[in-house]
Amino acid sequence: MRFVDEFRDPDTARHLARGIAELCEPGRRYAFMEVCGGHTHTIYKHGLEDHLPENVRLVHGPGCPVCVLPMGRVDDAIAIAEHDDVIMTAFGDMMRVPGGRGSFFDAKAAGADIRMVYSPLDALKIARNNPDKRVVFMAIGFETTAPSTAMTVLRAQAEGLENFAVFANHVTIIPAIKAILDSPDLRLDGFLGPGHVSTVIGCRPYEFIARDHGKPLVTAGFEPLDILASVHQLMRQLAEGRCEVENQYSRVVPWNGNRRALEVIGQVMELRPWFEWRGLGFISHSAMQLREEFAAFDAERLFDVPGVRVADPKACQCGEVLKGVLEPWECKVFGTACTPETPIGTCMVSSEGACAAYYNFGRFSRARVREATLLADPVVRR
Amino acid sequence: MCLGIPGELVELPEDDTDLALVTVSGVRRKVNVGLLRDEEELAVGDWILIHVGFALAKIDEEEAASALRVLHQLGPAYDQELQDFATSDVG
Repeated sequence: MRFVDEFRDPDTARHLARGIAELCEPGRRYAFMEVCGGHTHTIYKHGLEDHLPENVRLVHGPGCPVCVLPMGRVDDAIAIAEHDDVIMTAFGDMMRVPGGRGSFFDAKAAGADIRMVYSPLDALKIARNNPDKRVVFMAIGFETTAPSTAMTVLRAQAEGLENFAVFANHVTIIPAIKAILDSPDLRLDGFLGPGHVSTVIGCRPYEFIARDHGKPLVTAGFEPLDILASVHQLMRQLAEGRCEVENQYSRVVPWNGNRRALEVIGQVMELRPWFEWRGLGFISHSAMQLREEFAAFDAERLFDVPGVRVADPKACQCGEVLKGVLEPWECKVFGTACTPETPIGTCMVSSEGACAAYYNFGRFSRARVREATLLADPVVRR
Repeated sequence: MCLGIPGELVELPEDDTDLALVTVSGVRRKVNVGLLRDEEELAVGDWILIHVGFALAKIDEEEAASALRVLHQLGPAYDQELQDFATSDVG
């Protein structure tokens, strides 16, 4: 029944699920990491793990940019926002992320002028309309949103706007995957490559994962069927002794990415020597800042940013969840002290965070699937 | 923020701002198509995948339908994104 409800093409879904089961070597356990928060969302929403054999596990990686932002950067942003002449602008996802001294919502309630925007271009317009204020855009995201920030800075420069700046927190996916690969406490058999990030960077940057680390990667689309098809491709590579980068999402992702997007990122931004990731610690060359030529638009140079470092709350185990070492429900505070309404950790904030996705969907889909399994489908083993 | 929203091009940019008129689920807004300028010949009726006000990829109608299916399945998160998109005013 569920195949009919959830999948665009239930026959193909059933076929893929059976194919994955048939490709399993007896006695072997498989773990694949999806590094994209959008994939995590789809997996939990549709209870995809329940369509997989018990020895095939999906591990949720650090692919949600809100989730990996360290608390100190939130505090730094709030310190900027507290200037009387500043309007801080941010994506909606950012508003509830807890810093050491509270969230953007808390700062707003306390009097700071913080506004939600859909696009950095909205922030630019606010700057145009408020020439007596300094408008700062809280830039977050992987390579998916970095070109938008870069394009907006170029636009501000072209217009000669002097009251617009960016607080850059853009991170890059490859160093995070490297950190995961070097992590001693995790054994993975392959990766589901991120969909939208790859639209920008293409599939070529992943080749080292197959070549140097011996792990296959399949760039995946976002429908439940895409995820199943990608897992099937990974299983087939392992069964055939291949280790390659494949592109399941080629209908959107070009092998070489979006050239213009990569160009503008490179024109406006450069790699930081290091950046702190929530849960993963300091990773070298893993984030971007504005180049010297764009200092006039760089909030970090224009404001006295305190550079706050805040240890994650002791009870919070986001770090282990982000590395895939713990499942969300294994965290000590999951669903009790930490819920989407009162998040302690970032994984519970964004709808793409593993904890929020599991809290909202996973719990129910698991129960539902178990029920359906008893009634119908012989492919589902749990 | 990370959601890709499919939109249909209604009007191409008329000046150097790269802003094209697009409809997304019946909502009309301006979207920056500058990141597609080099590689793609854009025409009215084309579908694009939009991230935070910028078109990142040209897609076909089938992929637009697929992306919409994913978004509808998100429920409240998509409603929020669409609401944010509707309030966006980049012109």
